[in-house]
Amino acid sequence: MSSYLQLSGISKVYGQFTALEGVDLDIGKGEFVTFLGPSGSGKTTTLMIIAGFESATSGTVEVAGKSLFGLAPHERNIGIVFQNYGLFPHKTAAQNVYFPLQMRGMKKTAGLRKAEEMLDLVGLEGFGHRYPKELSGGQQQRVALARALVFEPSLLLLDEPLGALDKNLREQMQIEIKRIQRALGVTTIFVTHDQSEAMSMSDRIVVFEKGRVQQVATPLEIYHEPETKFVAGFIGESNLIEAKVTDAEKGEASNAALGAIEYAPTGKTSTGKDVTLMIRPEHIRLSRKPVDGRKNVTMKVETIVNYGDNALVIGKVGDLPMRVRVLGADVVIIQEDEECFISWTRENVYLIAK
Amino acid sequence: MGVNIAKLTQRTDLWPWLLLTPLAVYMAIFFVVPLADVAIMSFTEPSPTLSNYERVLTGGLYLRTFLNTFVTAITVTLCCLFVGYPLAYLMASSKPRTAMLILLLVTMSFWTSFLVRTYAWMVLLGNNGPVVWLLQTIGMERPPQLLFTRFSSTLAMVHILAPYMIMNIYSVMRKIDPTLIRSAESLGARGFSLFRHVYLPLTAPGIANGSVLVFVICLGFYVTPVLLGSPREQMIAGLIGNQIDEFLAFGMGSAMAMVLLVVTLAILAIYHRRFGLDKLWG
Repeated sequence: MSSYLQLSGISKVYGQFTALEGVDLDIGKGEFVTFLGPSGSGKTTTLMIIAGFESATSGTVEVAGKSLFGLAPHERNIGIVFQNYGLFPHKTAAQNVYFPLQMRGMKKTAGLRKAEEMLDLVGLEGFGHRYPKELSGGQQQRVALARALVFEPSLLLLDEPLGALDKNLREQMQIEIKRIQRALGVTTIFVTHDQSEAMSMSDRIVVFEKGRVQQVATPLEIYHEPETKFVAGFIGESNLIEAKVTDAEKGEASNAALGAIEYAPTGKTSTGKDVTLMIRPEHIRLSRKPVDGRKNVTMKVETIVNYGDNALVIGKVGDLPMRVRVLGADVVIIQEDEECFISWTRENVYLIAK
Repeated sequence: MGVNIAKLTQRTDLWPWLLLTPLAVYMAIFFVVPLADVAIMSFTEPSPTLSNYERVLTGGLYLRTFLNTFVTAITVTLCCLFVGYPLAYLMASSKPRTAMLILLLVTMSFWTSFLVRTYAWMVLLGNNGPVVWLLQTIGMERPPQLLFTRFSSTLAMVHILAPYMIMNIYSVMRKIDPTLIRSAESLGARGFSLFRHVYLPLTAPGIANGSVLVFVICLGFYVTPVLLGSPREQMIAGLIGNQIDEFLAFGMGSAMAMVLLVVTLAILAIYHRRFGLDKLWG
């Protein structure tokens, strides 16, 4: 993919504190990229540097080959939706959406017509005359989105825009935002600390931690092939097992509690190295008896958390805590404080190089 | 059990009213009764008549004084706005500590007696005062009369009333969500257009509140215009004082007071209808 937005060596230092360290990113035109990370990981700081509200201590930001250096926020032509929307309370929905056009010198009649068209696109037909206070959270969100898109920005930045909505509305808005983004083909950066949001919406995810980019990949790659322990732990649930490689060629390692573990061999490590192995809880099978052709160990069940459609079984193999996710219907076979077998295959074990 | 629940709840219902009683009694004795007395006097002094109102509403002097009062009140309000708005902005955009310092300076004038502040202006603007001296020093041979003019009374009233304006505007400015300003910038607004389309409308409730407060206080201002103003351009409160003090014309004084009261209430009512909207922006 050809690069449209390019961040090179972005660092941000506040006194003693380094908020960002050497962030490099290439984002293609029309791509939907999510910045994912815990709070304080640098994702919002990066967004604000792109928007021009913060300046980088070092590094450059380029859009379509042009540096944004020295441009004030109003000169960057970037649409932003803030977490609390930032709608002007003294303007109606239509006037809010007209505002960026007004600032670009568009005449009122034409501008308001365009604003109404944009409101139609975000599903707010006939709401133009309402004030923000008269709209629900989801509707305000749509107005903010329309306002950030109406002037055909070179980039759309979304700063945790769904944080204030309840769960159902959030899922609905995820789908809406994706639909609108596809319809307009605008290059979009979405900031969130919610991994499921990141998984469901993004073309690619950028995982931030402690001011550094941990991994940039598609949601599936991030999930199945995390590059660092942090990514493995942060996205989805995982059993992270410290082990020592006993045969790098065949893909064998050993752990005190689990004994010998086979993994799909990669060229990433060598014999004798300490590594972390990841097994997703949903890849582990729970059974009364050992299953042929799989690696079986005995687990003592400690807690069962039932979610209805699925259940999380938490237990220990020796002194190693393990989590297994089973279908809701399967959970009846065991009870807390019982022992059972858990098993997996070589393909379920993923090696994270240290 | 001998607890009567109905009686208990009844008592808690009455409690707020009980707490209100001292104030209600006080207001009744010292405000409602005298005001009613003034209203009655305006129709009965010296004999049952409407002539007091007739004279107030047709006499050139009285109408001129009313007009003068309004012009002064508007001037003072506008001056307070022009002085107060930038200062309030400075406070709202400063670091908390600096804002506190400015707030302290602004409210400091509240701590000084009202009369002292008025006399201070007499000293400053008097014929032998520092301002005249300064004007003479920089070469003005015959400095203009400063004291006992509309200028001096307006200046002193602005000084006394500006804090009300500043506090009102500041309290609104402080609550403005910085995201709104950032949004406006990201949408292409800057400098004056950002101020005109976003910042000014957002601070409008503060401007309206402060202006009405200053304007209404100014309409009834007595001490400062009497002590510092021109005797030929009195304000209505001064004129009412004259009627009572010098001519013992209680009927005329009362009628003027009633007209002032009605006009003030009318202004407040219009304001309320017009800016009741500001709750919407809360």
